[in-house]
Amino acid sequence: MKNINDIQDEIVEEFSFLQDDLDMCVEYLIELGIKNKQLSDEFRTEENIVKGCQSKVWMVANYHQGAIEYKADSNTLITMGLVGMLLRVFSGQKPQDILNSDLYFINKIGMNRFIGTQRSNGFAAMIKQMKLYALAYLTKEDVKSESS
Amino acid sequence: MNTIDQESAVLNDLAKIRSAFPILHQQVNGKPLIYFDNAASNQKPISVIQALEHYYKHDHSNIHRGLHTLAERATVAYEESRKAAASFINATESDEIIFTKGTTEGINLIASTFGRKFLVPGDEILITTMEHHSNIVPWQMLCEEKGLELKVLPLLDNGEANWSQLNSMLSDRTKIVSIVHASNSLGTINPIKEIGEKAHKVGAIMVVDGAQAAAHLDIDVQHLNCDFYAFSSHKMYGPTGVGILYGKRKWLEAMPPYQGGGEMIKEVSFDQTTYSDIPHKFEAGTPNIADVVAFKTAIEFIDRIGKKAIIKHENLLLDYASKALTRIDGFRIIGTAPEKVGVISFVLEGIHHFDLGIMLDAKGIAVRTGHHCTQPLMECYGIEGTVRVSFAIYNTIEEIDILVKSLESIVNRLRS
Repeated sequence: MKNINDIQDEIVEEFSFLQDDLDMCVEYLIELGIKNKQLSDEFRTEENIVKGCQSKVWMVANYHQGAIEYKADSNTLITMGLVGMLLRVFSGQKPQDILNSDLYFINKIGMNRFIGTQRSNGFAAMIKQMKLYALAYLTKEDVKSESS
Repeated sequence: MNTIDQESAVLNDLAKIRSAFPILHQQVNGKPLIYFDNAASNQKPISVIQALEHYYKHDHSNIHRGLHTLAERATVAYEESRKAAASFINATESDEIIFTKGTTEGINLIASTFGRKFLVPGDEILITTMEHHSNIVPWQMLCEEKGLELKVLPLLDNGEANWSQLNSMLSDRTKIVSIVHASNSLGTINPIKEIGEKAHKVGAIMVVDGAQAAAHLDIDVQHLNCDFYAFSSHKMYGPTGVGILYGKRKWLEAMPPYQGGGEMIKEVSFDQTTYSDIPHKFEAGTPNIADVVAFKTAIEFIDRIGKKAIIKHENLLLDYASKALTRIDGFRIIGTAPEKVGVISFVLEGIHHFDLGIMLDAKGIAVRTGHHCTQPLMECYGIEGTVRVSFAIYNTIEEIDILVKSLESIVNRLRS
């Protein structure tokens, strides 16, 4: 399993091949968006909505053998592409690593071009939601180990 | 020369007109900029940019009170803009022109002064479903404060208001009818003169939100016989931060001041303050002098081309684009009224407007996406938002062709 920074470096490298061409970057996000649409209708509920996003984003998480698996969906493809990058970085990682992570790839690939200043709050909300899941599972683990 | 060129005199001068707009001659995301977000704010000709620079380099001072030469120059320039604005909409006199921050402030001013003074609990204000939030929220606030009722005239499917219901919604309780002249989301042009006649018959005043009409339609407030007409400089090739509120003298004189402070007073003592005459009564504090001064240059720019030629050119773009875009699979125009300004709001089946906006931007095409500050209107159509393409005098048929091709390639990509 690659660690969070290995995956971030991969994304940065992939973006460097796109040579700063916004059209190609958008195409990359759309591909990622289509590939990562994983949630069936039953999970697209009010309680799974990530609050603070301009586009609708639904997210769920499962904890299995010490790692978190995230799944998500969005009503817009490009947002789904952005979420797809976060899924790639965080899914399958340990809660503690997710909480400690520094997402430097966001600045390195110039994410602001896609999300703009107005939407950056929404992107921050997605990251916060993913870290909250990590915190919740970590706390659960702590409680379990203390009681055993 | 093709038939389109022959049809429009403006098109023959288009290269010259475009050369007056420095901002248009740039690459955005590696492609030549195509600016189709004119309903939000249009671009500024070099004459307006130079007028701003000239004012600050040569004439700046505070206005109305100074005795020195610069104060006099700045005052004259500021008041010349007032005269130009009055002439632009054929107001009877320049004292009927109040400078504000924009259309939004103009409507808020009416609600806060006329509304507070003359309306009593149980009175009604009538608007339509197509109004911009700026022509909804100030009235809602007034209704809440004074116990009034806000009545909303519904729309027909094509984006016209259902005027057949107007008579039944007007009564002697109606005190204000406030309608948009041209809808920013749909493009629909409303029959202001006819609505005003009906409003006046029941004793209501007629307020017009002219933000989207001022640069695109011939405005004659005496012919329209409206009581108030609010519009914005930045949507008519002028600087941001300048609004124009026309009001009939009899109302402006009867209304209390909007804000207190310098400029709007005649005499101040701790016992009693008397107010300036109109229009200064409504212009408390140092106004946005430079932008107001440069606004006159924007009016001159429009006058040089002429409204007749502008309307002809923009109608041509509207017709051409409406036909060409409708050929795209799954394309639907929201707002198909027979009388429209150059605004095309649309949805593309199965593709979110947010994705379209970003994909067009990547191709150098600036459009607006979302609810366009008309959320109740979007709700009425059962949609979250649209993509909006809106035209100005500098747009071309070739730009529309590029838009159509770009949308076709996006559709092919996303539906493949």
